[in-house]
Amino acid sequence: MTTAATEDLYRLPGGIRLPSFKEQSRGRPIVDIPVPPKLIIPLRQHAGEPAKPIVSVGDHVLTGQRIAEASGSFSAPVHASSSGIVTAIEHRPIADRHRQDAVCIEIETDGEDTRLPDLSPITNPFAETQQTLLAAIEAAGIVGLGGAAFPTVAKLRHAIDTSIDTLVLNGVECEPYISCDDALMCASAADILYGARILLTALDLPHCFVGVESDKPEAWEAFRSAAEIDADDRLQMVRIPTVYPSGGEDQLVYLMTGREVPTGGYPSDVGALVHNVGTAAAVANLALTGMPMISRIVTVTGDGVARPGNYRVRFGTPMADVAAAAGGYTESAKRLIMGGPMTGLALTSDALPVTKASNCLLFTGPAIQTSREPERPCIRCGECARICPVRLQPQQLYRAHQFEQGDTLDALGLIDCIECGCCDLVCPSHIPLTHSFRTAKQQRKLEVYERERASRAKERFEQRRARDEQRAQSESENLRALKDKASRDAIAEILARKQPNKSDDD
Amino acid sequence: MLTPIIVLTSIALFCGACLTLAARSLPADGDAVVSEIDALLPQTQCAQCGYPGCRPYAQAIADGEAAINRCPPGGDATIAALARLLDRDIIALDADLPPPAPPMLALIDEAQCIGCARCLPACPVDAIIGSHQYSHTVVNALCTGCELCIAPCPVDCISMVPDRRQTA
Repeated sequence: MTTAATEDLYRLPGGIRLPSFKEQSRGRPIVDIPVPPKLIIPLRQHAGEPAKPIVSVGDHVLTGQRIAEASGSFSAPVHASSSGIVTAIEHRPIADRHRQDAVCIEIETDGEDTRLPDLSPITNPFAETQQTLLAAIEAAGIVGLGGAAFPTVAKLRHAIDTSIDTLVLNGVECEPYISCDDALMCASAADILYGARILLTALDLPHCFVGVESDKPEAWEAFRSAAEIDADDRLQMVRIPTVYPSGGEDQLVYLMTGREVPTGGYPSDVGALVHNVGTAAAVANLALTGMPMISRIVTVTGDGVARPGNYRVRFGTPMADVAAAAGGYTESAKRLIMGGPMTGLALTSDALPVTKASNCLLFTGPAIQTSREPERPCIRCGECARICPVRLQPQQLYRAHQFEQGDTLDALGLIDCIECGCCDLVCPSHIPLTHSFRTAKQQRKLEVYERERASRAKERFEQRRARDEQRAQSESENLRALKDKASRDAIAEILARKQPNKSDDD
Repeated sequence: MLTPIIVLTSIALFCGACLTLAARSLPADGDAVVSEIDALLPQTQCAQCGYPGCRPYAQAIADGEAAINRCPPGGDATIAALARLLDRDIIALDADLPPPAPPMLALIDEAQCIGCARCLPACPVDAIIGSHQYSHTVVNALCTGCELCIAPCPVDCISMVPDRRQTA
């Protein structure tokens, strides 16, 4: 094992030191949340195409049984989180930034939690072929557990197609309040490293960096004392400074390797592949037990719950059941945010189900409800540009967005905004910058889509008109040719034929 | 003193003569104006403006035959863009036309379709595929939501559904 000191790292441009608020949920063992009476399992828990249901209403399903299959290569299958009867397959509201609802499979659980009998663990994953491992990961519905829920197998396949030299395990978890990765690293460091070794085997890579933020000494020690780290010298620990947002995929790659991910690209464009530590643990769990992904660790925290902590939650568990298992709401519970306070999504209901993307449920009281000061005009102080970790000019972007200058937005690199929220925090005029960039990105996407659609329609319309004209022209030419021919040969022939008839009559 | 005046005046007269001649003998580039107008139209080819497509409407605007407020799919945004290009006043959409609606796609109920192929020639962008005696279908990626295929259908198996992909 080797470790790199913090000083060896590259320096992130911008970024900010945030109060962590992690103590609330940290330090307690991970508790399993009981299976709720009803599971609402969305078929769209991942980035990409939603899964297609393969069960019908009334079916009895077992824990770990596949209930929906992946549609295409950029998708992921979904499994029953517990045994029971399928009672509905219909659109239900979900917690997602881009859509209000998705098709969900509702399961009324029977309380038995009967597992699928023929689960097959991978006894020696290091002897398996690449294809076998990838197929197993795909079938288990494993997606990235950092929050974006990118299908893991799609990431791995892309990595194999491009030239990757480094695997990075992301255990940074830089956003305040969230401590689910920390809890996982403390509890199952060995599993994470085992998963990392499986991924290294699947990808045939020489290096794996394990990045842990400097404010997680227990996790660091857990990794150091794990047997795996000594057995395999491909694994290297890296201590990451506690600066937000060093846990962003592109930021972490830059910190570790000094390679900058190009505009609109992925870390694979600079030879790196990043997986969350939770994803590696899910791969290890698959190899050890054969159980597909049916649960994850969720940080339940904030002043709004009685017993904040880290809980293992089955996918599809309504958030209200999670809160109840965490001691119920306190008097100060006012808001619910999925994710952290910087990049999280404010939800309007606690009836929404926990999905593969739910890393944290933040029930906040009035304490975090910062009295939102009124927005004032931009004074061009430039603080946002100084703090921006991707070196954008938020004040210029904001102006371009206000004046709807799409091309200027593109030129200023709108697409590179990682929506980290740093600029909002430092803006003395309290301008909701990140929110406007998020809106601008959506608008831009729509504009580009419309433009492409219009040009396609125009092209086809013009081709059609040209074809119609050509057809009309060739038809009239044919007609004229026929007439010409008719007038010369045929008429003469008919007349010639008529002639003898006439003479017969005579 | 006199020489430069004569020289410069004759150069100016010569240039003026050349330009006048060129302007009279060469055809006016009306096509460029039409293309610029056409580029601002939404290309749904829906013919709601009364012309058989976006380019014919653009031609009519360029010829001064049509007003700039006859495009319901484009709505206020298109009227504003046309007004800016042609230096005219922004006006409201023609009251005789249907109000702007969210983007839609045509959907053929394939169980009902009798394979008469009458909707095929109606589609301005060839977005419907099918053949006589075979069920037809609409290619979503090409459909502009112009609704021109609805009228010819003898069994009313075509309906308009919201284009959900735009919000995804």
